[in-house]
Amino acid sequence: MIFDTGLSSAMEITVNVMMIVLTVALLMAFFRLVKGPTLPDRVVALDLVAAIAVAIFAVYAVVVDQPVFIDAAIVLALIIFLGTVAFARYTERRGRP
Amino acid sequence: MKSLILQTATRSLVAVMLLFSIFLLLRGHDEPGGGFIGGLVGAAAFALYAIAFDVQSARRMLGIRPQMMIAIGLAMAGGAGIISLLASEPYFAHLWYHTDIPGFGEIHLGTFLLFDIGVFLVVIGVTLLVILTLSEE
Repeated sequence: MIFDTGLSSAMEITVNVMMIVLTVALLMAFFRLVKGPTLPDRVVALDLVAAIAVAIFAVYAVVVDQPVFIDAAIVLALIIFLGTVAFARYTERRGRP
Repeated sequence: MKSLILQTATRSLVAVMLLFSIFLLLRGHDEPGGGFIGGLVGAAAFALYAIAFDVQSARRMLGIRPQMMIAIGLAMAGGAGIISLLASEPYFAHLWYHTDIPGFGEIHLGTFLLFDIGVFLVVIGVTLLVILTLSEE
């Protein structure tokens, strides 16, 4: 096991599997962010990275048993879509990508 | 850019973001949070409003000019240090005031809170001054 939580073994397996799946998802989204042929691809990939980061924060809060990480997840979830909206406005103003 | 979806979502999101920024400000006393991060979340709420509607309505919602906000915030943050000078303590020494509110419990008020509200106002003012000026270009 990668993370030793003090929780029951079923919970520990769940947390570890979730962390692995989320890490793979983060790497795939990051690949699209770097490679993405057009700007809208990159913007959507950036939004996805933020959503996965919120999920990782939430799982990590369970792993270390610290509710403080949930607040970081709330702040990130509230703020990060603003970047996507600003990107959308910029793309629209600039014309077709 | 006029998007009905964004405008409808913004009306409720701005309220949540402003509430959360005040929550972060007041919680900064003994848990993560504080004036700086609270101010950033609050400024993000106004910036979202400026994107969804227009800059003029964001300024109208703010009520006072951002420059005025910076001035008030700096005066509060600096004044919090002066209070401790008046009480013949070192500059910026924290003074505490404990009181009991019936039905609410004991609260601890310090000059620290005044300083933090000052930081909150300065951060909102500076961020909005930059964002609103740039989006009017």
